[in-house]
Amino acid sequence: MNDKRPNPDELLSRVQAQERKAERGKLKIFFGFSPGVGKTYAMLEAARTRKAEGARVLIGIVETHGRKETAALVDGMEILSPRELVYHGTRLKEFDLDAAIQAHPDLLLVDELAHTNAEGSRHLKRWQDVQELLDNGIDVYTTLNVQHLESVNDIVAQITRVVVRETLPDKVVEEADDVELVDLPPDDLLKRLSEGKVYVPEAAQRAIENFFRKGNLIALREIALRVTADRVGQQVQDYRKDKSIQETWPTSDRILVCVGPSPSSANLIRSAHRMAKSLRADWIAVYVETRKAAGLSEAARLRVIRHLRLAEQLGAETATLSGDNFTEEVLSYARDRNVTKIFVGKPQGGLFHRLFFLSPVDHLLRQSGEIDVYATKGEAQPAPVEKRKNSAIKTEVNWLGYGYAVLTVAISTAAAWVLFPYVDLSNLIMLYLFGILVISSRQGLGPSSMASLLSVVALDFFFVPPRFSFAVSDTQYLFVFLVMFLVGLAISNSTVRIRQQAQISRLRERRTAALYALSRELASTRGTQELLEIAVKHISEVFDSAVIAFLPDDNGRLQVRCGNVADFHLGPKEMGVAHWAYDLGQMVGKGTDTLPGTDALYAPLLASGVPVGALGVKPYSPEKLWIPEQMHLLEAFAHQTALAVSGDQLEEKQKETQMQMEEEKLRSSLLSSVSHDLRTPLAAITGSISSLLESGQKLAPSTQKDLLENIRDESERLERLVHNLLEMTKIESGGVHPQREPQYPADVVGSAVARIEDKLEGRPLTIDVPADLPMVPMDGLLIEQVLVNLLDNALKYTPEKSPLEIIGRIEGGELCLSVEDRGPGIPEADIPKLFDKFYRGPQKEVRSGAGLGLSICKGFVEIHGGTIWAENRPGGGAAFKFTMPLSVVKRG
Amino acid sequence: MAEGQIILIIEDETPIRRFLKPALESHGFKVVEAVTAEEGLSLAASHQPAIILLDLGLPDMDGLEVLRRLREWTTIPIIVLTAREKEKDKIEGLDAGADDYLTKPFDIGELLARIRVALRHLQRVKQGDKDPLFETKDFEVNLASRTVKARGNEVHLTPHEYDLLVLLVRHAGKVVTQKQILKEIWGPGADDQTQYLRLYIHQLRQKLEPNPNRPHYFLTEPGVGYRLKYE
Repeated sequence: MNDKRPNPDELLSRVQAQERKAERGKLKIFFGFSPGVGKTYAMLEAARTRKAEGARVLIGIVETHGRKETAALVDGMEILSPRELVYHGTRLKEFDLDAAIQAHPDLLLVDELAHTNAEGSRHLKRWQDVQELLDNGIDVYTTLNVQHLESVNDIVAQITRVVVRETLPDKVVEEADDVELVDLPPDDLLKRLSEGKVYVPEAAQRAIENFFRKGNLIALREIALRVTADRVGQQVQDYRKDKSIQETWPTSDRILVCVGPSPSSANLIRSAHRMAKSLRADWIAVYVETRKAAGLSEAARLRVIRHLRLAEQLGAETATLSGDNFTEEVLSYARDRNVTKIFVGKPQGGLFHRLFFLSPVDHLLRQSGEIDVYATKGEAQPAPVEKRKNSAIKTEVNWLGYGYAVLTVAISTAAAWVLFPYVDLSNLIMLYLFGILVISSRQGLGPSSMASLLSVVALDFFFVPPRFSFAVSDTQYLFVFLVMFLVGLAISNSTVRIRQQAQISRLRERRTAALYALSRELASTRGTQELLEIAVKHISEVFDSAVIAFLPDDNGRLQVRCGNVADFHLGPKEMGVAHWAYDLGQMVGKGTDTLPGTDALYAPLLASGVPVGALGVKPYSPEKLWIPEQMHLLEAFAHQTALAVSGDQLEEKQKETQMQMEEEKLRSSLLSSVSHDLRTPLAAITGSISSLLESGQKLAPSTQKDLLENIRDESERLERLVHNLLEMTKIESGGVHPQREPQYPADVVGSAVARIEDKLEGRPLTIDVPADLPMVPMDGLLIEQVLVNLLDNALKYTPEKSPLEIIGRIEGGELCLSVEDRGPGIPEADIPKLFDKFYRGPQKEVRSGAGLGLSICKGFVEIHGGTIWAENRPGGGAAFKFTMPLSVVKRG
Repeated sequence: MAEGQIILIIEDETPIRRFLKPALESHGFKVVEAVTAEEGLSLAASHQPAIILLDLGLPDMDGLEVLRRLREWTTIPIIVLTAREKEKDKIEGLDAGADDYLTKPFDIGELLARIRVALRHLQRVKQGDKDPLFETKDFEVNLASRTVKARGNEVHLTPHEYDLLVLLVRHAGKVVTQKQILKEIWGPGADDQTQYLRLYIHQLRQKLEPNPNRPHYFLTEPGVGYRLKYE
């Protein structure tokens, strides 16, 4: 199965990685085993060489610690001035990332890669700064000591007894383009130390003294050499892989490491990682969730997650298996995945335990067959404290259960007492068994086991002759007792198991139901904001937490879009953490292994692997810990939300594009129509005026008057057109904000009629709008315009002297106004198009208008929340009707 | 119309001035023209015109500011000229002390009518209104006896209705903004009670107009206020 040839995907990804590297800046790490070996010095020297070659070199931050040789190298180099910030009253100097990016040198020197930035910096760690610099195409030289490397952190602590807190993910070093080991024999280093050439901070004097023992130094040096050698080995292999050299192709191992809540698991993981690395093997970290795990304390569960996360960080694949038998699960999974080596922690049970029971490891050893099993001892860490606390809690909880057990046996005994005269002794046993059944269905294994024992004792004391004595007359009763006790235990065991399974499935069901409720509500919602609000509401309820949602703005910076910001202390640090979750696509913050010191947990909103935003989750009760189920559920929630949000954003983008296209189309049709309508009256005016100017005197007075009247009419027509165009533009750009105020429909109709009075030219107009109609909220000006347009239209399209009618009614909770005529009516086919822009009536001889009047009416009516339509009247003629809600309703 | 009365036109658009001047001169007015607000203000002081036509859209100063400065020292009738779409300008202009407004494009006949109304109103204010009787074809108001008759029959008005009617009568022919009416009748602070105003106008129409559905006297100036038509 092991591939002898690199598969195409692998090759492609390697090529892509190389391309990415080509655009990125190059990272060179000067790697040492201890402070004082001369990393900074080596780095500066290398930089000077680059400078001599013509590169622009900038010192981002370099600590010379007052050493003359080093200071001499800094001399004459360009130095970036540090960013000063005040933290808890002390002035701190920090590397200025933004200035460095701004300056954009060819090469930047940044000392101490593992440094933790002061609060208020963009990134928490300096290596993150460096990543950003590299992303910006800046080459970086930096320094690093071996003890800061995550994967060897534990070994270093073991050797030196100094725990280093500032650690660095191995992948940073693995991905570095170049790692140069800066080596110095320990004797020379000690000599330098005694000469005071090694900088030692005052406060750390004692710890440092411990550190600089020769034995330590030798060990550290060995580790550093090994790390570098491993790297070289890898490079050789990569080279071979690239060149597809096959002859020395290694047989791939696959390693499986069994992870548990025990603190020693972390060391187990590191051991597995080291072996995986040296073998260049894939490795998998597995946690087996057995039935017993249901009783695991929350702290223990948290440790399990932490261990899985640690493994993930070290490059392992992780899996959680569930089943009753640890050994079976591990082995069947291992065989499925072609695992060749299994790492497992040595059992820690006491002597008694080991004598009488086989530990899972023993089973594993016996059944593993062709798979190697490595049992390593985890380092004893101060976990027992925690354990004791947990057991204390357990006992406390169970007292009540034991109380119930005693009570139940007492009741059984009472019932048996009553029945004793009537039934056989053997039947009383049933009564006790029933009691055991009851207690085991409510309480744990302990109380029901005790109930079994008590039942036997009670039966013996109260009912087995001689009664009221523990003595037994007939020895066969002893056998009865034994069987009864065993049956009781069996009942307890199976009942408790069934109950726990029911509990687990109930929990699953609740989770599924919660998830279903969320997805259902998301599915029926549109709009990013609304979607986020729903997600925040649901997550907040299910996890009993304060929740906020972030989305990136146009510049890619996260902004809080939803949720109660006041619950979070959203300083730059918290925002940085949220950003990290978003950038990395990983959960970070409280409850994870990354920045656990943060107040809240930040989860990315990943839609098909692409981050669209982030969530912040902060439990209302601060001591509440995140158990694995909740983490997974939260991931599922975030995934649902992300899918909904990204879907919605896509849809919105699509709509926007479509709208833009439609707008384009409209604009061009408007231009062609408008240019025609504007030019016609202008031509008429220009023509009339020029004839008056040139031959005014020769024209008959009546002709002169005709021309003048033509000028006036055409000007009016132009004016109307311009006005309508402006109105239309205003409606379309959403610039019309109706001032809704209660108005008498009769008054609005009245002033509309007053405006067209002159044009009526004696036409009969009936107004049937009862004066006692109630006031209706509307913008009088706009509705008046609607009426004027409708009346104008009616005048234009109906024969002279034909009657017009305005009717106003309250119908179905709405005001309905209609303008009706006795003209030729409207062809049915045209009715749906009437209110479209630039649509003109069927009559050829239209006196004026660009076909905007009715679409303006439509716009005005609709922003009032009303509707407008046209219909033919029974008995001939057309009716244009519109409605207006009696109360103000929101638009849309 | 008094011969030789001076009209000051403050308007930056030459085409408008070009037709206003001959039209007004042909009706016996003397026309003084100003192109900027500064010039207008100084000409108003030096020529003491009988009436000022003020364009609100001047290049060098906000028209409303010009109005305010003029009103600091003079009661000369001012008619503002505005673009049609700017209802807000009209109202603000009227509230800032303009006597009337006209929207462009306007009819020269309309302008002359407005000028006449403004001059007559000024006359009445100057002389002190001695005539207690206001008469139209359809109704009359006796300000002395506080009685109103419509087509010969006495009409009962509520106090507010009567106050509103008197206010419109005093400004007969001129537009009165909603704000002005509300302030005078309901006192300051009633600015937003426009629906009461519409209620009382509605009542007046029902009681005094011959055909309340097609008002002839109590005209709505859309978005601005009301005008009692008076010839």
